[in-house]
Parts: sequence; structure tokens; C-alpha cells
Amino acid sequence: MTDRRDFLKAGGALVIGFSLRGMLPAQGRGTVAGPPDAKLIDTWLAIHADNTATVYIGFAELGQGTTTGLPQIAADELDLDMSQVRTVRLDTNVTPNQGGTYSSASIARGGPQVRTAAAEARAALLSLASTKLGEPVDRLTVAAGVVSVMDSPQRRVTYGELVGDKPFGIPFTGTAPVKQSGQYKLVGTKVPRRDMPDKVTGQYTYLQHVRVPGMLHARVVRPRGQRAYGAGAKVLAVDAGSIRNIAGARLIRRGDFVGVVAENEWDAVRAARQLNVTWETAPTLPGSASLHDQMRASKTTDRVVTEKGDVAGAIERAAHNVSQKCLGPYQAHAPFAPNAAVADVKADSALVMCSTQDVYGTRNGLSRLLGLPVPKVRVQYYEGSGTYGHSCYDDVAQAAAILSQESGKPVRLQFMRWDEHGWDNYGPAHVGEVRAAADAQGKIVAYEYHGWQHGWTNTETTAQLTGAAPAEWPGGAAQQVNALDCGGMYDIANVKLVNHQLPGLSYLKGGWLRSPLDLSFSFASEQAIDQLAYLAGLDPYEFRQRNMSNERWLGVLNAAAKAANWTPRRAASKLSEAKIVTGRGIGVGTHLASYGGAVAEIEVNKETGRVVAKHLYGAIDCGQAVNPGNIESQITGQLVQTASRMFKEEVTMSTTAVTSLDWSSYPILRFDECPEVTAVVVQRLDQRSTGAGEEVMAAAAGAIANAFFDATGVRMEQYPLTPSRVLAALKKG
Amino acid sequence: MAGELKIRVNERMHTVAAAPDTPLLYVLMNDLGLHGPRFGCGLAQCGSCSVLVNGVETRSCVTPVSTVQGKSITTLEGLPVWYASQKKLAKTPEMHPVQQALLDEQAVQCGYCFNGMIVKACELLSKNAHPTDAQIRTAMNGHLCRCGTYPRVIKAIQRASVVMAGGAQ
Repeated sequence: MTDRRDFLKAGGALVIGFSLRGMLPAQGRGTVAGPPDAKLIDTWLAIHADNTATVYIGFAELGQGTTTGLPQIAADELDLDMSQVRTVRLDTNVTPNQGGTYSSASIARGGPQVRTAAAEARAALLSLASTKLGEPVDRLTVAAGVVSVMDSPQRRVTYGELVGDKPFGIPFTGTAPVKQSGQYKLVGTKVPRRDMPDKVTGQYTYLQHVRVPGMLHARVVRPRGQRAYGAGAKVLAVDAGSIRNIAGARLIRRGDFVGVVAENEWDAVRAARQLNVTWETAPTLPGSASLHDQMRASKTTDRVVTEKGDVAGAIERAAHNVSQKCLGPYQAHAPFAPNAAVADVKADSALVMCSTQDVYGTRNGLSRLLGLPVPKVRVQYYEGSGTYGHSCYDDVAQAAAILSQESGKPVRLQFMRWDEHGWDNYGPAHVGEVRAAADAQGKIVAYEYHGWQHGWTNTETTAQLTGAAPAEWPGGAAQQVNALDCGGMYDIANVKLVNHQLPGLSYLKGGWLRSPLDLSFSFASEQAIDQLAYLAGLDPYEFRQRNMSNERWLGVLNAAAKAANWTPRRAASKLSEAKIVTGRGIGVGTHLASYGGAVAEIEVNKETGRVVAKHLYGAIDCGQAVNPGNIESQITGQLVQTASRMFKEEVTMSTTAVTSLDWSSYPILRFDECPEVTAVVVQRLDQRSTGAGEEVMAAAAGAIANAFFDATGVRMEQYPLTPSRVLAALKKG
Repeated sequence: MAGELKIRVNERMHTVAAAPDTPLLYVLMNDLGLHGPRFGCGLAQCGSCSVLVNGVETRSCVTPVSTVQGKSITTLEGLPVWYASQKKLAKTPEMHPVQQALLDEQAVQCGYCFNGMIVKACELLSKNAHPTDAQIRTAMNGHLCRCGTYPRVIKAIQRASVVMAGGAQ
């Protein structure tokens, strides 16, 4: 039966629209399904009677500082202090839809919206103040939300007194002028992260802490390690009697989806471990040893991404030519905390709390899965541990929703470590092959890149196990060979880039993992460029300078080299017979729009094959750096994570299942091998912000590979640079 | 089956109804509602769930609750009090110097691993007031961070060490 009050709430807003919305008090938010109308100022911010403001943003705090950076922009534009501006939890009934928090978009895409909305609100506030004070707007000045008359500061009124918790009721036109960079007080400064005090004192509420009255604890039961995406996981038999001794536990099954619920969390954990399920184990995977061979031999869908000039002819005529391969691994998001969700699904509505990067996207998936209209599903965001892309947050939200729907109670589901590691949407493996050539003067004349990989999966495991067909994500630039990372930073006349798309259903589940594919592209591409420098007898930094004209690429290249005190020398010109040798390398790279440069100093033990980064330097030009402190922190994380991905991380599989299921079978970098890091932000306050969460990684990957060559005189073709792989390469020479 | 157990957490006695083999972590999270110790792997591999048991860093995800009866458990929330009693301070500071140093270094990213990082660093500094870089790395090596905050954590521990010795910040 339809709840009449709900019907009126939803229908009322829909029918009466703008005028009623305009009259809703700020605290009325949350009663109507969003997204709120992006063309209204009230959707973006509210001014309170105590002269503070709430900014409603659609981007999630993932530990990158979004809930500091975006309020910084708003406060600056409104002439408020940081302490006067707050944000609220992302909620499909409350916050605007700015798209997902991926592609390093919070500041890049969200910043202009927040800034122009704040500027427009300020203009409206000044207009109100003008009437109140009887002075023209150009005679008014604002500080900390207090509007006063120039030359007579005692004539004043606060924002709070002007609108105090009442809506603006005006459209957001985006036409109010914004401040020039010279007027900024907060933008461009290192405002400390606002979420940090609660995070170090244990007062922060992560999703994993959320409990609701009357809820059950739940765990899913899946095979340890996924099979090929297209194969899903097939239940052959479930022995319900195998958990009969755990009185509080109840088995739930829908198709091949199996889970347990219990009032006590430990009962749920024990029951999931103890439940005897027989799964189909037919081999559906290539296995780690054959992975790249199978990829290279696969029937692919090919696309010429870029073709200009005559690559073959230029290579044939060139003084120096090189070829370089990259065999890149599957890598896992492996968030430090396995994903969790709390779901309360009723007959006609659902509330789901989870750590999604996109509350509105997750709402759509839940609506399809539960058979509820989109407006009847409400999704709230709680931060989990860092996700670095599409980890299992959608999957766990869907699984919790199914378990709640089946049990008739609110359910808190926490994935176990092996669920998260084993059923991730991995960053896809890659085969890259580059050919490049330079003339006798050290000018790059030709470049050709072929890349093989599959795309991203678009059906969550829960949906698939309950009957939905596995489907691949529609194509996009970030998951294919592209001109950004494949030679695009250099001035080259003859270029050919070809993408070879693999059939995703035959491989592991894929998803966007921080700086998707960029590390692999750069590992191949930046080594090829470096090898040309070597053949031309030039210092690799100088060689890159000679082949670049874009001042922003040159800016980060120079910044990284300067930070590292780079001295000119040809690579591999100081080879040594010692057991432990050192090397340094340089590289550039990006993800979508910003510019990254890096220098790596590494140490190679030729007897054990162990490679350790001693110092990594990373420089970014992301246009206007709103909070350089946050960005230095992001660069630090990118450099350490790149070291982890270049030296340690590789998802392994048998022909039946993924075998990387925990931190022992999927090692990551630890304190003992952590490099020193130097982060450099190339500030360009007058350029638009372009994102800072990913772009140094590809540069650092290339720099590390090149440092290995400098240390050993050997080019690696596969990463991670594990000891066995390094020893084999050194032996081959 | 669930029986009554008495445990001392952050200097307070608690009576909880739990099966003796229940990992301490679940009791701290669900029965005591603490936010410090938290689930990360359930395998004692990552350090997310760390607490001090009689001053020794312990993985609560694999420690049966029955084995800590009669012992003193300190969680992230209790570190300022624990520090004050160790140092015989007249007044409990708002934060342990390690917590303050992590803020000063702006070390945190997602912050989920910082429960274990802080607990372990506090244990280290209680035993070794002036650890070298190598000693810090060795002590902290069983604590993983996925965001890549290690370099700043090392700096923060060095900073806290100076502060605790009465030096300038």
C-alpha cells in the first residue's frame, strides 16, 4: 500500500515545483528524493542565523581533503572565515548531484560550481545589505560575513541577520562575477584538513562504525577468489545443516547469492566460515603464468586512436630506434578496511548507507536490483577506508540490500578480507608494445603504441549472482590507449596509437583503479623515450627538454629535476660490479588533464633481486592549487603507492580462481621499504584547477623503471619488479 | 555460549555477555561502542584492530576476549589518560603527543589505519624514547597503510619523541 504522506511529499514538490521548493526551510531538506534542483542557489548553500554557512557539495571525502578544499573556495568567495563554513553528509535526499568522486574531479569539476554559486549568493546578500543599510553595493565591504559601509564600519549587518536560515529563493544563473586570484585569502593556502582531529582521536564515524536499531549482522558466502567475469560463481549444493549449531545464524540464499545473518556479529562471522557450500570449480581463467600470452593472442576489437604522418617510414629512416614492451599486472584496490554497508529495505522504500564514490549512481543500481522506483531509494555516504577507485562499495551495498530484503530487518554487512581482495573490480592487466625513433640530433621523429586490455565491468557481483547478466562498461578514454600518456607530452610528427580491446567476460572483473592503466602506459612509453636518449648519447632529462615545447610539461619536468638536484649524465654510465647498485631515473605522465613529473632514486641488490626506492620526487601542475598542503599529501600518497605497485602488487590466479586473498598473498609496500618523498606543487593560480589525485603516479612509474636501467643497464619488460623477475632479467642481460 | 565476562578497558571495568572465543575486537566495537579499534583483515596482518594489553600492542581481531580478563586494555580513546598516568602528569592532555604530532605533520589521509599506527607508535615511544629512523621502521613494519602516509608517520613519531622529551615542537 502506498504511504499517502510519502506520496504527498514526493508529489507535492513535483507538481508545485519551484515556488514550494523556494519556500522550504533549510531543515526541510531530506524529506524529498533528490537530486535537488541544481539551478537554485538554495541547493548549493544556506546562510544561518548565527552567521555561518552550510555548503552542500556532491563530492565525497575519501581522505583526499575534499571537505576542506571545496569549503575553502566557498568561504573565500563569500568572504567568510573557514570556521564559519561547514558541509553535510552526502545524501541523495540532500546534496546535489555533481557526478561521482572519481577522475580527481572534486576541485576540477566541483570547484567552479561551488565558486559561482557562492559568488551569486554573495551578490544577493550584498543587494539585501544595500537596501538595509541604504548604501549602494559599491560602498559596501565584507569580512567574516559582516557587511559594513566603507568609511563607517559601525554601520553594519551580518549575513545571518539578512537571511538567517531563510531560503534565498533565487535561481542559480552562474553569471555573478567571481574573484580574481589576487583577491583570494584562502584559496592557494594550506588550510589544515578539517576531518583530521576526529580521525586521530577515534571520534570519527566511519561506515564500519554505523549501527542502527534492530539490525542484524551479516556476511556473504562466496568462493575464495573470483572466476572469469562471465562465469560468475555457481552453487552446486548448500548444506544448511552445517551451521545448525550456531543458534542465532540464519542462511539466506537467492540464486547463487549466499549469505548469513545473525544478531551477534561473531555468530555471523563463524557461520559464514562454517557454512558448507559446494561451488563449481571448472577452469575459466588463463592462470597467472599464461595471462599475458592469452591476452596477446586474444581476438580483439581494434581501434586506431590516433594516426598522423608516416610512422613506418620515419622509423626506417631514423638514426635510432627502439622497441619496448610492458606486461602489466592486475592490481587490486584492496581498501584497508573491507567495504561495509547498512541497508534497511522495506516493501516500498530503501535506505542504504555505504562508502560509494557516487551516491546517485549507487542509487540507480539499487533501484534496478530491488525493483523499487529510483526516488524510493535513499543512499547516504559514510567514509570508509581509502578506496582509490571502484572497490567493492557498490557490491557490498547491493548485498546488504538483498540480505535486508530477505530477512525483513535492517542489515549491517561487512565484507571479510578475502571477499574484498578476491571479488574486487581489479585495475586491468595490460600488454603494451611501443616503437619509437629519434634522429641523429636527438629529436623524436616517430612513435607507435599498441595496447591490449579489457575494460570495466558494469554488473556488480551481487546482481550477477542473483541473476543479472554480466555486462561491460561502455567505453571511455581512461580505459584505453590514449594520447595523453602515450607520447602526448612530446612533439612528435609521426604517431600511431592503436587500442586492442579484449573480451572482458573471459577475464577478471575490471574497474577504475587510481590512475587507470597510466602506470602501464608509462612503464612502456617512458622507457622507450629514455632508451632513445641513451642511444642518442644524451642525458635523459636534457633529451626530454629538447623534445617538449609545452611550458607546463616543461614546468613539472624541471620542477622534479630541480627538487632532486639532477646533474647531467647519460643513463647507465656508472654501472658497477658491486652487489648493491644505485640508479636514478626521470619520467613524466598524467591521468586526464594535469601534468606530472618525477625522479626516482633506487637501490638494486643484484644477488637477491630486491629493488628499493630510496627517494622519490614528484611534481604536479594541476592549474590552480586550491590547497597546496592537501596536494602535497596527495603526491606523497601517489609516490608511495606507485612504489608499492611497481615493486609489490600483483593479483595472482590459478586457472580456477584468484589466489590473492589477503595481505600475505597480495603484499603491499611496508615501512621498511618506504622511500623518502619530496612533493612539489607548481602553483598556477590563474589557470583552472584540473585534479591532483592521480597524475604523478604514471610519471613515477616511468622514473622507477628508468632508474632500474640506470643502475643495471637492463630494461625491465614486466612489473612489479619482484626479486625473481629482477634476477631473471639480470641473468638474461 | 555467551556468558558474563569482566574486562578492564580504558581504566573502567565492563561486564559483557560474550562467548569466550569471541575476538576482543567485536566486544570493543559492538558491546562497548568504541571507534578506535576497527576491523581490517581479521587475520592479524594489518594492525587496524590494535589495542594495548598491559601496555603491549595486541591484535584484538585474533585475541579471544576470555584471555584478557584481569588485564588492562587501552584503546585509541584511552591513550591520553594512559600517557598521563605513565608520565605522572597532573592533568590529562587532550591528545597523546603522537596524536598531536600526526596533526602537525598533516599525516592522515583516509585515517582508517591510524588507530593501529597511533597505538603502535605510543607503545614504541613508551619503551624507546628516542628511536632511530631504522628502529621506527622496524617497530611499525607490521602496520600497513594503503594511502601511503608512511613518510609522514615516521616524521610525526620523531616529532612526538622530541616533544615527549620536553624539547621544542
